[in-house]
Amino acid sequence: MIPIAHYLFLGAALFTIGVVGVLTRKNIMVILMSIELMMNAVNINLIAFSRHLGQTSGQIFAIFVIVVAAAEAAVGLGIVIAMFRNKETMNINEIDLMKW
Amino acid sequence: MNFLDLIWLIPLFPAAGFVINGLFGKRMPKAAVGVVAAGAVLIAFVFAAGAVFQLSQLPAEQRSHEVVVYEWINAGSITAATGETARFQINWAFLLDPLSSVMVLVVTGIGFLIHVYSTGYMWEEDGFYRFFAYLNLFMFSMLTLILGSNYVMMFIGWEGVGLCSYLLIGYYFLKKSAGDAAKKAFVVNRVGDWGLATGILLIFVNFGSLDFLKVGEVIREGVAAGTYQMSQPIFIGIALALFVGATGKSAQIPLFTWLPDAMEGPTPVSALIHAATMVTAGVYMVARSNWIYQLAPEAMAVVAIVGVMTALFAASIGLVQNDIKRVLAYSTVSQLGYMFLALGVGAFAAGVFHLMTHAFFKALLFLGSGSVIHAMHHEQDMRKMGALSKKIPITFVTMAIGTLAIAGTPGLAGFFSKDEILWQAFSSSHGHFILWLLGAIVAGMTSFYMFRLLFMTFFGESRVDHHTAAHIHESPKRMTVPLMVLAVGSIFVGYLGLPKWLGTNYFEHWLEPVFEPLKFPGAAVAEAAHHSHAFEIGMAAVSVAIAVIGFLIAFTAYYRKSDLPARVSAQVGGVYTALVNKWYVDELYDALFVNRSKDLGRGLWRFDGKVVDGAVNGTALSTVKSALGTSWWDRWIVDGLVRFVGGFVKTASWPVRLSETGYTQNYALVMVLGVLVFVGYVLWGTF
Repeated sequence: MIPIAHYLFLGAALFTIGVVGVLTRKNIMVILMSIELMMNAVNINLIAFSRHLGQTSGQIFAIFVIVVAAAEAAVGLGIVIAMFRNKETMNINEIDLMKW
Repeated sequence: MNFLDLIWLIPLFPAAGFVINGLFGKRMPKAAVGVVAAGAVLIAFVFAAGAVFQLSQLPAEQRSHEVVVYEWINAGSITAATGETARFQINWAFLLDPLSSVMVLVVTGIGFLIHVYSTGYMWEEDGFYRFFAYLNLFMFSMLTLILGSNYVMMFIGWEGVGLCSYLLIGYYFLKKSAGDAAKKAFVVNRVGDWGLATGILLIFVNFGSLDFLKVGEVIREGVAAGTYQMSQPIFIGIALALFVGATGKSAQIPLFTWLPDAMEGPTPVSALIHAATMVTAGVYMVARSNWIYQLAPEAMAVVAIVGVMTALFAASIGLVQNDIKRVLAYSTVSQLGYMFLALGVGAFAAGVFHLMTHAFFKALLFLGSGSVIHAMHHEQDMRKMGALSKKIPITFVTMAIGTLAIAGTPGLAGFFSKDEILWQAFSSSHGHFILWLLGAIVAGMTSFYMFRLLFMTFFGESRVDHHTAAHIHESPKRMTVPLMVLAVGSIFVGYLGLPKWLGTNYFEHWLEPVFEPLKFPGAAVAEAAHHSHAFEIGMAAVSVAIAVIGFLIAFTAYYRKSDLPARVSAQVGGVYTALVNKWYVDELYDALFVNRSKDLGRGLWRFDGKVVDGAVNGTALSTVKSALGTSWWDRWIVDGLVRFVGGFVKTASWPVRLSETGYTQNYALVMVLGVLVFVGYVLWGTF
């Protein structure tokens, strides 16, 4: 059996990649994809602990996360499309309405 | 079916007709509008006839049927003048007794005939449906007036008929004269209504109720107990206040001026409202309040004198009028004067009897004149008529019957009722020879102006212009049949009330329970002076003879020798001019009241413009001036302070603002760092 630490390392690695992606990439689509990566990293952790502790609640929670991820993707893509229509750009640095 | 308990439905049928025609009439075919309007009145007539028949089957002392639909107003109690606590309670209730049964049959019966007639007469007019909606609304109001069982119900109907009268006089509202006439009728009636309202309030304060039956009972008990005396000032006051109301509605001196002008309305309206029904409301109201009048003989004397003076005055104006409807209008005023003469001498039944017969023949005459006007294409001037008897024979014959009836030809309706009034004016304990004499003179004048009308319209040479002459035609059946029915009525209704020397006066007998004289304890019943039948016949013969003289004068002047009127009018120029100008009453009222009201209004307008407006404008101006100072303070001190605070915060916050870059990823980075710090704190303890 693969020890739990492997899963946790995989999850941590994926999550870190996702965070770095969100923080550094300039294309909104890529940022969204990075967010997906972070969620799935969390899912791996949940499943791993579920297996490790012999409880199903972790798996159930993972399904919830998948559902939320789907919804997030829908809303996020919707926002991206609306943004693109207005600004004609996918570069996140050109979207700076929150600036002082 | 128990019609007696359904009398509350009678006014509702025309009300339904009003709603249907008023709301949908515009989109309905004309025939349907006519059927709805006339049908509603016909159903009302059937219900009324059924109820009256059932009432007549009851024993005489039970012939008073009250139907309370619901309690309408219940507004606490007051201490009445009697010392008792009285509740101001008004029921939505209807009363059928002999008096209201006579009225309801006349109103619905003649009303139905006039509705049928109107479908023919008004066919070509704009707003056909509007006319019938108003007419039905009038029927509703009139039936509420006569069937209501208390003064408030009566007042509602009273105002309702006034409103309908206004609407229908002003039916041709594009004509200024019609609008003015409508306004005049409304305003003059307001004066009378003030009297009526005062009278009603006084009745409640003094007798503690407004129910007809209750008030009558209270008075009867008060008289029997001796607490009410004859001629107490308060009774005279109430009776006179009510009579002021009656003079307004029933066109008596001094408030009669609106009725002749009301002829601006369509002719069926003149027949229904301004001859047969509405104007008799005053007579009905006085007859209804007869116990109060019995307590106030002085007020009755006033009623009688005003009545006979109005009869004389209006008849004198009627002698010289050339407009066919105006002659009839003055005749109506004059005949109403007769009715009040009867009421004033205590012959209430005779007054109501004349009301009924008059409704028949005056409605007939008005409708006949309408038929003439219809044939003449809206020409009302009798000087432009003549020789119409061959061209419109049915109208001619029926109008001739009406003329004979109103002139008092023995055997026709008008003879019996008028003769009864004249006889009572002479013989009753309140009567006087002078009253009889004036009444008899009026009978002669009536005969003169009516035959003058007949001769000028139907006989002699045709003075019609050629264009109109070619188109003269008899009216359609819908108009002539009601004329014939009314003509038959004008001949025969008189036989209900035969004088004593001829038979039984069923009519008076029927009304006896309502007009029962008050019994004063200890006082001998006032016996009318006893006269022999022969004397009574002699008096009747004299009044007929006077009428015949009137006829002969009209015959000579307008049938035989047509230049006589010109010579007579030339000889008595002043009087003639005064008569043509209606004794200058309108001018007098204009000078006394109308123009003074206008002056008052103008004065108030000026006061308004100068003083009130001046005060308002002054306030506004001073506000503006003082606001200038306040505004400086506001702009520089208050705003300055606010702006200073804002500017200070903005300047001071300059370095902090730079952290807000607007780049989403910067914020995300801060979040991540924050999370890392937090996680580090959890993992490795305190800083």
